[in-house]
Amino acid sequence: MKKMLLATTLLALSGGIAAAQTVRLGTEGAYPPFNFIDDAGNVAGYEREFGDEACKRAGLTCEWVTNDWDSIIPNLQSGNYDVIIAGMSITDERAKVVDFSENYFPPADSAYVGLTAEADIKGVVSAQVGTIQAGYVAESGATLLEFPTPDETVAAVRNGEAAAVFADKDFLAPYVKESNGELTFVGEPVSLGGGVGLAFRQSDDELREKFNAAIQAMKADGTVNKLIEKHFGPETKKF
Amino acid sequence: MFSFCADPKSLEGFSWLVCYLTSAKHVDFYWSFLTVLVLLAVTAPSALAFGFGGAMAARSPIAPLRWFGKTYTAMVRGVPDIVFFLFFVIALDQGIEWMKHQVVCPDWKEPIRQGLEFRVCPEAKVPSGSSAQIWHQLYGFALAVFTFAIVFGAFAANVLYGAMNAVPRAQLETAESYGMSQGQVFRRILVPQMWTYALPGLSNLWMILIKATPLLFLLGVKDIVYWARELGSAKTQAYAYPHPDWRLWYFIVLLIVYLCMTRGSEIILSRLTRRLSHGQATAAGEAMRRAAQ
Repeated sequence: MKKMLLATTLLALSGGIAAAQTVRLGTEGAYPPFNFIDDAGNVAGYEREFGDEACKRAGLTCEWVTNDWDSIIPNLQSGNYDVIIAGMSITDERAKVVDFSENYFPPADSAYVGLTAEADIKGVVSAQVGTIQAGYVAESGATLLEFPTPDETVAAVRNGEAAAVFADKDFLAPYVKESNGELTFVGEPVSLGGGVGLAFRQSDDELREKFNAAIQAMKADGTVNKLIEKHFGPETKKF
Repeated sequence: MFSFCADPKSLEGFSWLVCYLTSAKHVDFYWSFLTVLVLLAVTAPSALAFGFGGAMAARSPIAPLRWFGKTYTAMVRGVPDIVFFLFFVIALDQGIEWMKHQVVCPDWKEPIRQGLEFRVCPEAKVPSGSSAQIWHQLYGFALAVFTFAIVFGAFAANVLYGAMNAVPRAQLETAESYGMSQGQVFRRILVPQMWTYALPGLSNLWMILIKATPLLFLLGVKDIVYWARELGSAKTQAYAYPHPDWRLWYFIVLLIVYLCMTRGSEIILSRLTRRLSHGQATAAGEAMRRAAQ
C-alpha cells in the first residue's frame, strides 16, 4: 500500500512533464480591485480577468498562485511561479532584476488619504513595503511607516498610527468612498511609475514575447479598456 | 453553502452572518485548523524519531557518529528557529532541484545560478511546473514538516540524551550482571526507564511545538494565521461580504483555540506523567508510593 501511494505520488509529480507547459501566475491576492481573494477563495479582480484572457490569447494554460508581496520577486527568481501579475509598477530599479512586459494598466496616480483633508502628509505616512509609493514617501521628507499588506496601511490611518496613507489612487478610492466620510483624499495626486506590467525572469524572453503580443492585441481591440472600466469605474485613466 | 446566500448584498443581520461564516473562504479557514493538527500529528513523532536518533548518536561509542550527533544538536539549537526555517526551506528546495537537475538534465549548458536567479531545467522542477497546485501545496507542507522535525528533533535529542544519562547506573549494571548484552540492556532497561526522566522536557517541547505552528505561515503554507489575517482585514464592496477591520476578532478566536490546545495537552501530559512515575525510583514515584501506603 505504501509503495503504491509512493508510486502514485511520483507519477503525479512527474506526470505533467509530457503535457503542455503550465504557466504559473504569481499574485498577491490582497490588493483590490487589482487582485484579491474573493469569498469563494479564488483569485479575483481586474488582473484575474485580464490574466485569464491574455493566457487564452497566448494559447497557454495558466494557474494562479498567491505569494506575499515582500517576497514576490525572490520567489519568481527561484522559479516558484513564472509571471508576477500583482499590480506591480514598472520602475527602473525593478527592471534591473526582472523583465517587464508592456504595461496593461496606464501610469496611474498615487494619492494620500487621511482622516481629514488637512492631515499632515509630511508627518507619519504609511505605505506598503517595497512599493514605489514607499520610496516616494521616504524621499518626501515624511516619516515612512511600512506594512507588509496594503490593507494594514489603511488600517494604520484609521487607528491613528499614521496621519495618512500613500498608495495607488485606484486602490484607495473604494476605501474612501465606503468609509462614510471617515477617510478623505489629502492634497493633490502624484503620478508615479510607468504603469503596471507583468514581471518575468530575465531568462524568460520567449514567454514575455507571447504575453506582449497578447497585451498588444487586447489593447488594440479595446478589451483592456473595457476591463479597466468594469473594475475601476468610468473615471479611471485608460489607454 | 445555503440557498438563501445566493445574493449576499441583499442580506442583513443574522442571515448575513450565517452566510458570511459559511462562505467558501471561511470553509478554507476551518480546514486550515486541520492543517495545523496534521502538522502536529506528523511532526511530533518524526521529531521524536530524529531526537531518538540524535541521542543514540551522541551516546555512541563510535567517534564520528558521536561527533555527528553532538554537532546536530549544537548547531540546530544554536540558530534562531526563524532563521533556520527561512534558510533551510530554501536551501532544501534548491538542493533537491539541483540534485534532480544533475540526474535528469546532464546535457544542460546554461549555468544554474544566473545572478540572483536559480534556474534548473524545466524537467528538474520539483514538483514539476505543470502539476496541479495541490502538489505544490503538499510539497511545501512536506518541506515544512521536515524542517519542523529537524529543529524540534535537535531539542528532543538533547532531552533524551539527558534522560538516558539520568537512568541510575546501578540498574544497568544489574542487567549486565544478569548477562544481558549491551543491546539488550539498552532495549529492556534503559529505554523503558528513561521516559519518566524525559517526559518533563518532552512535554515542554510539545507545548513549544504547538505554539510554533504559526511559523507555517512564514513558510507559505496557508494556516490559520494566514486565513485569520486575510479574512479579518477590511473588505470593500469589491468583495461579496464587505466589512470593516475585524482582525481583532479573528485573532481572539486563534488565541482561544491555542489556549484550548495547550490546556488540553497539559491535562493529558500530567496524566501521562503520573502513569510513568508509577513504581519509579524518582521523587514523584516515591510520593505515589507513600500516598498508597
